[in-house]
Amino acid sequence: MLRSELRPDVTPHTSPASAEHVAAPGDAVPRPTSPAPGPAPGPGAGPAPVQLLAPDGTRRTDPEHDPWVADLDDDRLVALYEDMVVVRRLDFEATALQRQGQLGLWPPLLGQEAAQVGSARALRPDDFVFSSYRENAVAWCRGVSTTDLVRVWKGTAATGWDPRAVGMATPTIIIGAQTLHATGYAIGCAKDGVDSVAVAYFGDGATSEGDVHEAMVFAASYRAPVVFFCQNNQWAISEPVGLQARRPVADRAPGYGIPSVRVDGNDVLAVTAVTRVALDRARTGGGPTFVEAVTYRRGPHTTSDDPTRYVDPAVHEQWVALDPIARVERYLASRGRLTDELTGAVTARADAAAAEMRAGCHGLEPPPPLSVFDHVYTTPTSWLERQRSQYAAYLAMFDEDSADGAAPGGARGTDARGGDR
Amino acid sequence: MTALTLRGALNAALRRALEDDPKVVLLGEDIGTLGGVFRVTDGLQRDFGADRVMDTPLAEAGIVGTAVGLAYRGYRPVVEIQFDGFVFPAFDQLVTQVARLHHRTGGAIRMPITVRIPYGGGIGAVEHHSESPEAYFAHTPGLRVVTCADPQDAHTLLRQAIACDDPVIFFEPKRRYWVKGEVDDVIDASTAPMDAARVVVPGTDVTLVAYGPLVMTARDVALAAADDGISVEVVDLRSLSPIDLATVEASVRRTGRLVITHEAQQHGGLGAEIAASITERCFYHLEAPPVRVTGFDVPYPAAKLEEHFLPDLDRILDAVDRVLGREHSLSGWRG
Ligand SMILES: Cc1ncc(C[n+]2csc(CCOP(=O)(O)OP(=O)(O)O)c2C)c(N)n1
Repeated sequence: MLRSELRPDVTPHTSPASAEHVAAPGDAVPRPTSPAPGPAPGPGAGPAPVQLLAPDGTRRTDPEHDPWVADLDDDRLVALYEDMVVVRRLDFEATALQRQGQLGLWPPLLGQEAAQVGSARALRPDDFVFSSYRENAVAWCRGVSTTDLVRVWKGTAATGWDPRAVGMATPTIIIGAQTLHATGYAIGCAKDGVDSVAVAYFGDGATSEGDVHEAMVFAASYRAPVVFFCQNNQWAISEPVGLQARRPVADRAPGYGIPSVRVDGNDVLAVTAVTRVALDRARTGGGPTFVEAVTYRRGPHTTSDDPTRYVDPAVHEQWVALDPIARVERYLASRGRLTDELTGAVTARADAAAAEMRAGCHGLEPPPPLSVFDHVYTTPTSWLERQRSQYAAYLAMFDEDSADGAAPGGARGTDARGGDR
Repeated sequence: MTALTLRGALNAALRRALEDDPKVVLLGEDIGTLGGVFRVTDGLQRDFGADRVMDTPLAEAGIVGTAVGLAYRGYRPVVEIQFDGFVFPAFDQLVTQVARLHHRTGGAIRMPITVRIPYGGGIGAVEHHSESPEAYFAHTPGLRVVTCADPQDAHTLLRQAIACDDPVIFFEPKRRYWVKGEVDDVIDASTAPMDAARVVVPGTDVTLVAYGPLVMTARDVALAAADDGISVEVVDLRSLSPIDLATVEASVRRTGRLVITHEAQQHGGLGAEIAASITERCFYHLEAPPVRVTGFDVPYPAAKLEEHFLPDLDRILDAVDRVLGREHSLSGWRG
């Protein structure tokens, strides 16, 4: 196939919508420094995303996507439901742990459960995830332990888990960097002749970073088997998505020759379907796909953030009504599956996971002081070894001092060092 | 005189700059409605409008590159980089464009861009939120690099930086944002030009050079040492490029001993530059080799280990002991 035959699948996504932040061609060009667009758009903004489960829980028919979730019977939907309940519970638990001073910081994912669970559960174990900091539900689905989820946020480690053990890279905090890593990994898969796929998770804000654009250039040029999974949660800290993109973010990809799709990110079934389409395209040599999961960040950006400074409560309420878990519950109820027995079992599972996370978090100890010097190089350098031994001698001096009653720092020290290290 | 936090002093300086010069524009992520993640720009968009205080897309190369264009057009952009570790996407623009344009155009073009960067550790943050990248910038000809230590100096230096026709990388010691002090709104550039160091504690036995977040620690060192009968002179560099070596040299000629401290990693850091320069200038006045107390040559560690990375009172006191040849010092460190 020639590159030029790779026609991006742009048709359903480019029609301009009425939403304020979507500029149609020919619209008056805004003054370059005119004020940023107002608050994040409500749920109706932009072209209609793929949706299989309506907010009231009714199943919509979609001839294009239905076949991709034909195997998702009620039992398998219940499993997705359970995942979403568990990750929400874990998210609440971690937020509580932060409020109690156990974690330094936590980036809540409340509202994004369907986008994360639906996409992550579509992956095979041999696929590989490259994410940013908010994808804790994805990590859960990849098999990351609850303790490993909080390690970094407690400040006891620089990374939570072994990437190769779970098929998920250590998250990048540098916005957008991981999209390039995913592209490179995907190119590697293609070179190796395997049909594994790399998936990059990032936010709407990230789509402004150069790295993300370069990733799309590389992915398109090499037809890399990569899925760009953008969770458009309407906000980049205080900045609404309209400041990053004046058309739906999904519209960016076709310009690079990458087909894109908007999906209702609060609909776990639709997310599963479009992710499977994208994965299949990648596995069968069709190259990259850009998925825009349209969702909403219901909590603060992180536990340090104060969204009351910038969030419109009315728009917030509109989104709350679109809760991804309630939607599945309504559907399951309509099928007679939302029994007390089921909700009881799911709650128990969630509580157990949360208790495990709490216990694991309490058990995390600060690493030994000299571990500061570990793993800087694969083989330690003489310079670093010298610094390590000097610092070891320095620390030992306090032990001797305290043994003979002297205070640290040559009998004058005034801070807490030399205490219960 | 008003009592302000360091952060409040910076806010007041930005406000004055916006009032005084219509060509001053602020750019950065979350600096508008939110007032910046550290609230340094709090209220400025409300009072000066979104044309002057611009929330930008998430793109650091974009922010700095756009500032270059604005400067070509006669503006004086003041850029906020949200955290130290996020300046690197813009590093290319800073070192290949901003730093060189004046030289490359034979002086025809000026780049009066101020790049504000909250920097340094000590706040228990996750990775990329506690870096001290000053040496990368100080190594680049064409950039001026400064950092402040207290509210008054933050205010004065920021106004000087914005008024400066060269590009200035302005490092803000984030763990000192909440430190309070009296601030006089009048800049007296004649007594403290932007690139002048200052002696903040006079002393006679040891010169202790610090800057930014560690100036406060260095003052504590001087107090603790005084209890023990040792007189430490603390020099706050303020400007990291150029470095006011004359002030450091004059101090070392008096004391004969030099300790330099910074949070940044040691290898290739500013401590090495100062030690070498002072050794060249004051070899016959030195009673002991200069000693550096710095972060170790490792990536900034996880929060629970940062107390082992950051120079603190005791590590600096130990170095003071060492240059004085005192018993408690770690003689093993000489090797
Ligand atoms: C290069 C870089 N610049 C700035 C930041 C600071 N920062 C952290 S998260 C964030 C907003 C990201 O928004 P988005 O990409 O939409 O993802 P979300 O947090 O909403 O999931 C910013 C500006 C960063 N981490 N990296």
